[in-house]
Amino acid sequence: MKTLILTAAALALTAGLASAQTVRLGTEGAYPPYNFINDAGEIDGFERELGDELCKRADLTCEWVTNDWDSIIPNLVSGNYDAIIAGMSVTEERDKVIDFTQEYVPPAPTLYVGRSADADIKGVVAAQTATIQAAYVAESGATLLEYPTPDETIAAVRNGEADVVLADKDFLMPIVNESNGELVVVDQIQIGGGVGMGVRESDTELKAKFDAAIQSMKDDGTLNPLIVKWFGEDAALW
Amino acid sequence: MFNSCADPATIEGLTWLLCYLTTGKHLLFYTSFGVVLLLMLITAPAALAFGFGGAMAARSHFLPLSLIGKAYTAMVRGVPDIIFFLFVPIALDQAFEYLRHKTKCPDWDQPIWQGNDFVVCAEAKLPLSSSPQWIHETYGFTLAVLAFAVVFGAFASNVIYGAMQAVPRAQMETAEAYGMSHRQSFWRILVPQMWVYALPGLSNLWMILIKATPLLFLLGVRDIVYWARELGGSKTSHFDYPHPDWRVWYFVALLFFYLLMTKLSEKVLRRITLRLSHGQATLAGEMQRKAAR
Repeated sequence: MKTLILTAAALALTAGLASAQTVRLGTEGAYPPYNFINDAGEIDGFERELGDELCKRADLTCEWVTNDWDSIIPNLVSGNYDAIIAGMSVTEERDKVIDFTQEYVPPAPTLYVGRSADADIKGVVAAQTATIQAAYVAESGATLLEYPTPDETIAAVRNGEADVVLADKDFLMPIVNESNGELVVVDQIQIGGGVGMGVRESDTELKAKFDAAIQSMKDDGTLNPLIVKWFGEDAALW
Repeated sequence: MFNSCADPATIEGLTWLLCYLTTGKHLLFYTSFGVVLLLMLITAPAALAFGFGGAMAARSHFLPLSLIGKAYTAMVRGVPDIIFFLFVPIALDQAFEYLRHKTKCPDWDQPIWQGNDFVVCAEAKLPLSSSPQWIHETYGFTLAVLAFAVVFGAFASNVIYGAMQAVPRAQMETAEAYGMSHRQSFWRILVPQMWVYALPGLSNLWMILIKATPLLFLLGVRDIVYWARELGGSKTSHFDYPHPDWRVWYFVALLFFYLLMTKLSEKVLRRITLRLSHGQATLAGEMQRKAAR
């Protein structure tokens, strides 16, 4: 108990030096090319570059934080960071709990990827927990196999635990292209909306700032080249 | 790290491996071993303190205190660890922030709980959102130590409680016959003798603690298992060092680390048992006495 009070006091002291607008951005760091931890141990990817540019335009000091996908929304609403920028599709269920800025990536196709082109998409389907893909599989009647990280869903297909994996095209295509034919695209569907930043429902000011920044990037044409840089020539553009 | 590693695509073989194993990400992996060791070294005495306090409270003749001690062990032991680790740090964090909010922003007129959101004024945030990342990490680590200490303390409390009951009654009677007060006989006779009975149970807890550190990631502390999974996962050419799924090698490395920790702990624990048995009215103590004669 004593250590508790002491540490609390020590932290209270160190916390005394406050400056106004620092925004903490929460991401998963395991979803290339949206966001991942590069070999230097730093957060990298499309959203890193986008987030830094948005913060510059909105005149905010931004700090990056990684958080487990599972608890990424609870930690936002309890205030451990101020915005989620983690390839999160805007859905109705999520919108009930948090607010979204306008979308910065247009609705992208979702792929079924398996070991052969005739893999059974109604069989065992791997998907990441708490994603729109997992919800889709659960409703489609196929057997859902959930994993906490995107990488494990791919591993499940490779080692035969699952017939196919269902995930965003942007995430799967680089993996399929570099698998030397081991993995192939089985089917393509369209589910969910585009990708937006998540903010607390009470945080209307921050939402407005990021909305304006995203709009300005769309208007002056800097967002599309960024999408092409990370997702390739045939990515959906604004 | 090395100059020759500047362009990983052009190197191969051993140089590639050497460069790969010294990337910034790998260095973070290596430091996380230190984090885990530090956590164990801080948590073990803290949990022991919680356990000792709990056992003393449970033995107390003052009814409310004894109820508190017993309720602590019963409740914590009954709740699954994962729920506990998700709940306690968030609850503690919100409690601290709530208190700071009440003192620092008295004229705040909005509610703190707005639907799902927990909103306190910026000055009450703990740590402040403007503080550097290492303060956030230290804070998370502190909460982790606290949660571990509370959970393992409850188990330790039960072990120590049992050990205190196991000290032969004759020892305490002798102390009373010498005119020692309740306090004196507790600290001078009971406590020094009970450790030898508590040790097997405590050593179990220590071994479980060593293996429980992956729970750290629930609290946002990136431990060795997190990094092993992250580094081992297959990497596309978005990364400097693309490779297939190598998780098995990383987990084999962890296996050796955990086995080494177990071996070391067993060695140390055996030595402590030997030391504690010295002069005790137990079988081990009796054997030592005979051997020395």
